[in-house]
Amino acid sequence: MMVLSRWKVIVVLAALLFGILFTLPNVLPASVRESLPPFLPKKTLNLGLDLQGGSYLLLEVDTAALQKEKATNLVEDVRKILRDQQISIGDVQQTATSVSVRIPDPAQRSAAQSALSRQLPQPLKNGAGTDLTVSRQGDDRIRLAFTEQGMNEQAISAVDQSIEIIRRRVDELGTKEPAITKQGANRIVVQAPGESDPEKLKEVIGQTAKLTFQMVDTSVSLQDAAAGRLPPGSELLPSLDKYQPAYVVRRRAEVSGEMLTDARQVNNPQTGASEVSIRFNSQGARRFGDITTKNVGKPFAIVLDGKVISAPNINSPITGGQGVITGSFTVESANNLAILLRAGALPAPLKVEEQRTVGAELGADAVEAGKISTIVGFVSILVFMLLAYGFLFGGISVIALLVNGLMIIAAMSATQATLTLPGIAGLILTLAVAVDANVLIYERMRDEVRAGRPLLSAMDAGFSRAMETIIDANLTTLIAAAIMFFFGAGPVRGFAWTLSIGVFTSVLTAVLVTQVLLALWYRSARPKTLPIL
Amino acid sequence: MWPLIKILPIKTNFRFVAFAKAAGVVSALLCVASLAAVLFPFQPPCGGLNCGIDFRGGTILEFTTERTPGGPGQQIDLAKVRGALADKGLGDVGVQAFDEGKSVMVRFETPAGKDANAVKTDVRQTLEKTLGQLKFTNDSTVGAKVSGELFTNGILALLVAIGLMLIYIWFRFELQFGLGAVIGLFHDVLITFGLIALFDMEFSLTTIAAILTIIGYSMNDTVVVFDRLRENLRKYKKMPLKEVIDLSVNETLSRTIITGLTAILALGGLAVFGGEALFGFSVIMMFGIALGTYSSIYVAAPVILLWGVKRGTVEEEATPIKLGAASRP
Repeated sequence: MMVLSRWKVIVVLAALLFGILFTLPNVLPASVRESLPPFLPKKTLNLGLDLQGGSYLLLEVDTAALQKEKATNLVEDVRKILRDQQISIGDVQQTATSVSVRIPDPAQRSAAQSALSRQLPQPLKNGAGTDLTVSRQGDDRIRLAFTEQGMNEQAISAVDQSIEIIRRRVDELGTKEPAITKQGANRIVVQAPGESDPEKLKEVIGQTAKLTFQMVDTSVSLQDAAAGRLPPGSELLPSLDKYQPAYVVRRRAEVSGEMLTDARQVNNPQTGASEVSIRFNSQGARRFGDITTKNVGKPFAIVLDGKVISAPNINSPITGGQGVITGSFTVESANNLAILLRAGALPAPLKVEEQRTVGAELGADAVEAGKISTIVGFVSILVFMLLAYGFLFGGISVIALLVNGLMIIAAMSATQATLTLPGIAGLILTLAVAVDANVLIYERMRDEVRAGRPLLSAMDAGFSRAMETIIDANLTTLIAAAIMFFFGAGPVRGFAWTLSIGVFTSVLTAVLVTQVLLALWYRSARPKTLPIL
Repeated sequence: MWPLIKILPIKTNFRFVAFAKAAGVVSALLCVASLAAVLFPFQPPCGGLNCGIDFRGGTILEFTTERTPGGPGQQIDLAKVRGALADKGLGDVGVQAFDEGKSVMVRFETPAGKDANAVKTDVRQTLEKTLGQLKFTNDSTVGAKVSGELFTNGILALLVAIGLMLIYIWFRFELQFGLGAVIGLFHDVLITFGLIALFDMEFSLTTIAAILTIIGYSMNDTVVVFDRLRENLRKYKKMPLKEVIDLSVNETLSRTIITGLTAILALGGLAVFGGEALFGFSVIMMFGIALGTYSSIYVAAPVILLWGVKRGTVEEEATPIKLGAASRP
């Protein structure tokens, strides 16, 4: 093995080149990095949120609420279809996954069933059946049940849609390079690096922003409504309006937020108050025009997420497709509302399950501490190896170690793996354990020489015998790292990733770099004895 | 030029196995004591360990008085912090100062049935009312649902890791070796947990990472010894098992010590210079590495003695290589 094969030298040189090339951007100032020719790599180490500061949010899409809302809508649809068919209905029962309706007249039952099954079930996207089944239940009821696949599809699309809407909202906030990813079936991870305000982020992300315009029901007093005497089709909603604590409004939403094309914060030229100007699409404009024409003089409520923002009177028909939302806004809250409306409503409420925020200053401190301890760790290993094995063999392992460090940083920059605070610890530990391969090889050589082998064959045997042990030993570390990666979250994953990259580079460098250097030494010095014997 | 390795005795001849029984008793006692410290008082989910918010849910806030750029912050009166939070019904509130008393970490659980965010906002406002303008450097909340999952996943990760190691060693060596290695792993993990309980260190996701790394290191160490043991079993077919074990441990001893020392040296730098966040982490790993080294000599190898190894099988494994060489013209 001390015969230097050409491919080994080429691999070592290539590794060295790769290491230098991809590590370089990390030590160059940003201005120089920008002016590099395009074929050179420019990516630097991707620091985790614990190192650069920022916010991490784990959100869960409330699919149960979504399902409940869907069932409620289904009840409305069923009533409307049967009313249109002039079928009289008895009581309606609703669960999260089904709706059942009683048809008192036996003659109308099959007509009802066929009308419902013609109009309501929608084919699934994957083509396997429908989202809803319509069947007879007992003698006099018709049951509509959501299918398992339908519910899944619904949930998946709700999560995907939520991600899209969150992305739009976060972009509007001007957060730099946010990462928004799906995790598991119904979770979303939002990572916003830098000096961002987590409270504002949460506020903007977490709000459903479902906007509706509903007529105020003036036929009943607030006291009566609070006592539960609500007319059918009306509901009591709390209010953010400073004039009145709550409003009774018609349940039916005349116009909703989906029909908006734009929303901006504006200042009222007369009063100077902050308002949100909105613009409808053609359908919304027509509906809005119709309603305001029919109801001049009456109040209508602007409802956001089940709370009345304000309930102005309609002074004149609004037909231009443009309107203004008034309320007790500050410039900032009006601006936030405009952002939310522009981005659209979330299909289901989001719950913040986990939130971690690290100040940018603390992150910078951590980077500094990490740098110092890496250098200290590195230097102590170097000194130790030189002391233990002398300048020649120790020096060879030191060079292998330096190439290793270079390659780890290069690989992490190139793959944009996230370096976290525990990841730095992983890096240091990897370097410490990387010399293990050298130690194994050297110790093996000493053993073989002592066993009476001639120097050259002892060195060869040292490599080939140590190789098996090195692979076994490093595979175990790799298994541990893989498990950390699959079960861990956040910083632990970063640690696992660093550890795995380190395993690969250290086997490569310890075995190949050491071998090439030892072969070069053997060629030039033609030694008779092992210097570490 | 003076390689230290020349000063070390060329061939050690320690009779490790002779002390295996005594070491076994000490290890067993330590394991039982650790298990007791980890389990009692039996408080879910973490028992006797100092459970962090990762696994229990709750909020951590870290703050300093507003720092002028480069200038020092002010000392924070911990009694005031505690007083301000006393009547909030937050249950077990942990208050801890660091950075020479200029920074404070507050840890509390979200009271049942309340919104974690609302509670946190309230606490932040109360603290600012009591202490004046503050700078919040770290602000984490983990919900009950996620913390439960993190806990299950963490424990599962440890078990899966140990299980996979067993399979790997079984596959690469023999079942007896695998059992020895796994008993060694349980020993290391248990006693490390005992240490964490004893010093009341926080048990968090990072702790799990540290322990998984210890598992990796301990296995690494054990594999090196086993590798040599397997080789020697082939080489010296008539030597008693005890002596083969002693020989193999002695032969790999210089490597064991050098690698362990470099790892501990490097982690020592991390413990001293890595700051608050990594101190516990590196101490746990240093301890685990020392433990892993000990266990590969005194736990994993002697366990093999308990069951013995089928050396006949080993011999058969070795034969085909000879045949192959001999049959070549």
